[in-house]
Amino acid sequence: MSAREPESLAGRRELRRYSRHLLIPEVALAGQERLRAARVLVVGAGGLGSPVLQYLAAAGIGRLGIADDDAVDETNLQRQVLFAESDIGRPKAVAAAERVAALNRFVGIDALQVRVDAANARELVRLYDVVVDATDSFRSRYTLNDACRLEGKPDVYGSIFRFDGQVSVFAPGGPCYRCLFPEAPPEGSVPTCAEGGVLGALAGLVGTWQANEALKLVLGIGSTLAGRLLVIDALDARTREFELAIDPDCPLHGERARIRDVVESEPAAPRDDGIPDIEPGDLDAYLESLPAALVLDVREPHEAALGLAPRALHVPASVLEARLHELDPATPYVVACRVGAKSRWAAQRLHDAGFRRILHLRGGLLAYAVLHESFDFF
Amino acid sequence: MTVRLLAFAGLRDVLGGPKRELSVADGATLADLWAELVRARPQFGPLEGSTRFALNGRLVARDATLAEGDEVALMPPFGGG
Ligand SMILES: [Zn+2]
Repeated sequence: MSAREPESLAGRRELRRYSRHLLIPEVALAGQERLRAARVLVVGAGGLGSPVLQYLAAAGIGRLGIADDDAVDETNLQRQVLFAESDIGRPKAVAAAERVAALNRFVGIDALQVRVDAANARELVRLYDVVVDATDSFRSRYTLNDACRLEGKPDVYGSIFRFDGQVSVFAPGGPCYRCLFPEAPPEGSVPTCAEGGVLGALAGLVGTWQANEALKLVLGIGSTLAGRLLVIDALDARTREFELAIDPDCPLHGERARIRDVVESEPAAPRDDGIPDIEPGDLDAYLESLPAALVLDVREPHEAALGLAPRALHVPASVLEARLHELDPATPYVVACRVGAKSRWAAQRLHDAGFRRILHLRGGLLAYAVLHESFDFF
Repeated sequence: MTVRLLAFAGLRDVLGGPKRELSVADGATLADLWAELVRARPQFGPLEGSTRFALNGRLVARDATLAEGDEVALMPPFGGG
C-alpha cells in the first residue's frame, strides 16, 4: 500500500470506520477514496431500497440520492427494514434520509420526495455516477432505463415477486432493460407485491446484490452482472443465470436507435374484451338495485383470509374452469379479485363461455375497501 | 420430442407449477411452443408480449428451434421492489 496520506478522507477517525475495506487489496485506501467521491442515486426506498441504502451508506458512498414520493405504510414493515413503526405515515425519502444519516454522518444525502418521471429523470440521473433501480412500477423502470442509457450511466436493476428475484446491470454499451423486456406488460397482467405478495427476506437478498454491484461499479473491480440476468429462487434455494445480449431491435441501441429522449412509457392498454367495468364506488348501488346480482369473488382461498367480499360467491380462479357448470349465465355477476388482474382473465373466460350479464370490478376489492372504512380488508 | 419447461414468479401459477415437461413437434420453434401453451391454458394469451424465453440458459428470440431435452425458461418481468 502506498504511504500517501489520505487527502479527502477527513482524518484517521473517518478512516478507522472503513478499516475492513482498507484491508481488502482490491479496495484499500484508493478504493475508499473512490467510494467517498462517488454519487449514487437510489430510486425507490422500499423493500430493495432499504438494504441498498444501508450498505451503500455503511460503505461510505460520498453522496446518496434517495428518490421516493411515497409514505411509509404499515404493510411495508414486513420487508422495508429501513423503517420503524414510528415512521408510519412519514415520507419515505425523509425517514430513509434520517436513518442513513444516523448510520454514517460522513455521507451526504439528497432526500428527494419526487416520483422519477419523464420530466425529471434525465436531470436527476445526470447528477449521479451510478443509478440503482429499486422501484416497484414498470413505468419507472422504463423511464430510468431510458434516462440512464441516454445519459451514459449504469443502471443496477433488481425486482422481486413472492420467492423470485431478478438482478442485472444495464451498463453503457451493453444490453438494457428494453433488450430484456421490450415493452411494459399490459396493465394488470403482471401481479405486483400488493397483489401477489413477496417474502420479506427476498427483498434483502436482491437489494444486497444490487448494493454489491453498485459498489463494484464505483470501485471498478470484478465482473458485474452486465449481460447476465441473475434469477434467485428463494423457495428452492437456487440461483440461475441467463445470458442477455443486445436486442438488435431495441430502440436504444446503435445507428437505428429510435428513442432520443425519455417519454412517459404507457403500459400496453388492456385488451378491449367487451366486458364493461364497474367502478368500486358504484358497486353498492348496483347490488342494491339488482337483488339477483352477486359478486363473483375469484380470489384464491388463502386470499380470502384478508377480508370477504360483499354478497359474494367464492370461486377461485384456479378452479373456475372445473366449476363453470355451477354458475348461471342468467345471473348478473360482478367479477372481482384483489386488485383486478385475475378477475379480468376470469371475466374473459366467462364471456367466452357465453355469459353476457357480467361486469368487472375495476381496481378490485382493494379499491372498494379504500372507499369503505368499515370494510376490513387489506 | 420433449422439452423441459421452467416458469418463474407469476407464470408458475399459470403453468400450474415451477416445472413440467411438454411434447412438441420435431422442428418446433419457441413460438410454436408458446402457441401450444396458450391452447392448453388460455391465461397465457395476454402475457405473450411480456414473456421472455431462455433456451438452455440464454435469452433468445422466438424463432429459435427446439431440440429434444432442451430446457426452456419462461421469464416474466417481476413488478415488485
Ligand atoms: Zn436495449
